[in-house]
Amino acid sequence: MRSPFGTVFSWLDLRLGLRSAVWPILTHPVPRGLGWFYVFGSATLTMFTLQIITGICLAVVYVPAANDAYTSLLYLNNEQPLGWLLRAVHYWSASGMVVMLALHATRVFLMGAFKYPRELTWLLGVGLLFLTLGLAFTGQVLRWDQDAYWGIGVGAAMMGRVPVIGPTLVHVLLGGPNIGGETLSRFFGLHVFILPALTIFVLVPHLYLVVRQGISSRPVPGKVVDPKTYAAEYERDLAEGEPFFPYDVSKDALFSALAVLVVFALAISFGPKGPNGPPDPTLVAAEPRPDWYFLPLFALLALSPPEMETAIMLVMPLVLVAGLVLLPFVASRGERSPRRRPVAVLSVVLLFVTYGVLAWLGAVAPWSPDMTAWSGTPIPPHMVKDLAPLQLQGAAVLQNKTCRNCHALDGEGGKRGPDLTTVASRLTRDELIRQVIQGGGNMPAYGKQLAPAEVEALVSFLGTLQTPGEPSPRAADAAAR
Amino acid sequence: MTTHEDQVRDPAHEALPSPHRRQALGWLSAILGALSTTAAGLPILGYLLSPILRTPKNEWIDLGPIEKFPEQQTRLIDFVDPLSRPWDGETQRLAAYVRRTGGEKFQVFSVNCTHLGCPVSWFPQSGLFLCPCHGGVYYEDGSHASGPPPRGLFAYENRVKEGRLSIRAGRLPTLQEPA
Ligand code: FES
Repeated sequence: MRSPFGTVFSWLDLRLGLRSAVWPILTHPVPRGLGWFYVFGSATLTMFTLQIITGICLAVVYVPAANDAYTSLLYLNNEQPLGWLLRAVHYWSASGMVVMLALHATRVFLMGAFKYPRELTWLLGVGLLFLTLGLAFTGQVLRWDQDAYWGIGVGAAMMGRVPVIGPTLVHVLLGGPNIGGETLSRFFGLHVFILPALTIFVLVPHLYLVVRQGISSRPVPGKVVDPKTYAAEYERDLAEGEPFFPYDVSKDALFSALAVLVVFALAISFGPKGPNGPPDPTLVAAEPRPDWYFLPLFALLALSPPEMETAIMLVMPLVLVAGLVLLPFVASRGERSPRRRPVAVLSVVLLFVTYGVLAWLGAVAPWSPDMTAWSGTPIPPHMVKDLAPLQLQGAAVLQNKTCRNCHALDGEGGKRGPDLTTVASRLTRDELIRQVIQGGGNMPAYGKQLAPAEVEALVSFLGTLQTPGEPSPRAADAAAR
Repeated sequence: MTTHEDQVRDPAHEALPSPHRRQALGWLSAILGALSTTAAGLPILGYLLSPILRTPKNEWIDLGPIEKFPEQQTRLIDFVDPLSRPWDGETQRLAAYVRRTGGEKFQVFSVNCTHLGCPVSWFPQSGLFLCPCHGGVYYEDGSHASGPPPRGLFAYENRVKEGRLSIRAGRLPTLQEPA
């Protein structure tokens, strides 16, 4: 006598053929001893699923129209029951997806899993990487706040630099001559229809290939990939292997569950991101910052020399894409173990260090002037104590002429230019005058902005800023006269 | 004896349609398919690319009587973008810096930094425009002072008629299509 469950199952199975179609996939053998590095791909998928579900929920309330988007975000944050949590989860799991994807791609790269016969899997994966970044950027625009408004402006400015067709691209991207309702509609369309659809469209064959080619065995130093012998060797690995279900899949499930819990913990403790200020183009005091994954780009654009910048902006991404696309073809055989591929390991280290340093620079933004320092950050009292009247006047000039926006004193103030705390120990009086009047380095020439008397006062104040007890070049200067 | 079944023809023995007919059918479906795809695709493409098919020109915008602008000073003003849509909300309004250099002579700058478009702030104290993003700096006449911007501020065309200042604006200024 069958249980009712069994009856239902066989009724369904007769029609769906699940047992014969899915069961072999679930239980297909995988090489033994895969370890814990193989869980990032499924974690990325989990995050993506979470994005779809929370995204649909958000789209039900969010108003993708320029005049109401911001209010609808505030409504989601403050009025809609659990709206804040949905927004927070959507934001944090977007970050989670980017992180997991980066780890997954790095794992595949380091373990040479992109090599023969998995070149196509890698290519589709590269597509997924860019689609994910596209989703991240378009999502940031839907936040429709100051960061979003100026962020899309930055995107447009970069596109506008493309030779010849730049302006055309800008108008297509913005959906009109300027940033407005049609821009938001376009990005909404991209973010909720086009990019997710494309992602699924690429994801399905990616997953199909993962099953079709099987999960790559653990790399063993000295065991090289050779298309002639590969199939036989992999057969052998599988023969010693174990079924994917239920052993290996549980590692994936466990890690994914942990990842989801971490996302929820972050969402609950930090809440949703923004919106930070209405997207009003007339509020020019905005200081836009992109979401963290784009901070390195933000930093790179500030640090690159102006002559090379357009090239960096336009050529670097192409080189990057070309590199990722060509990789599985130029390196489709040979060693897989990271121990025998120092160049691969080194490039990963280099990439991560560069990314990290640039992101950190982007976050602390040492090149950005502190726009309020001139009025909000007074000169430390000990620096103005016992000063002569002219020197005091100079201190006032330093403050009034907004020098502090770029120059710090005792670490307080802008970090765009050098800290002036001990500037007189570095520069002579003549050098100070020249620097103030002519500018240079990254400093504008103040000659036009200052009366001679102001320069005199300013320099006499700057002359007091030296390391105590150290002979200053200024003193030597004076002695020589 | 003939049964009913005998009269049913064996499909395996049935004459195939002539190769010509098959070929014609194949061609026909290809042609019709191409036609229908084009028919459906054209409006979609045209719709998506419409911003290039009709790129509106900047329009003249009245900024008011020139007495509003004291000589030798730079003022932040805002105006409604004539090219905006009714549902653009806050983004309908745009800002610009007006500098009256003397008499009826004006310079009107876009607030967008020429580096990557962040909004520059005017500091009358030092006579400089400062960009918050990567620290681009411009002098009061809009020329580049320091930092990454590749050129001076974008200036809108302006004219004074019957004592009123107007500018030609509306489009997002970019390096290849400055103001
Ligand atoms: S956008 Fe102004 S300096 Fe980069």
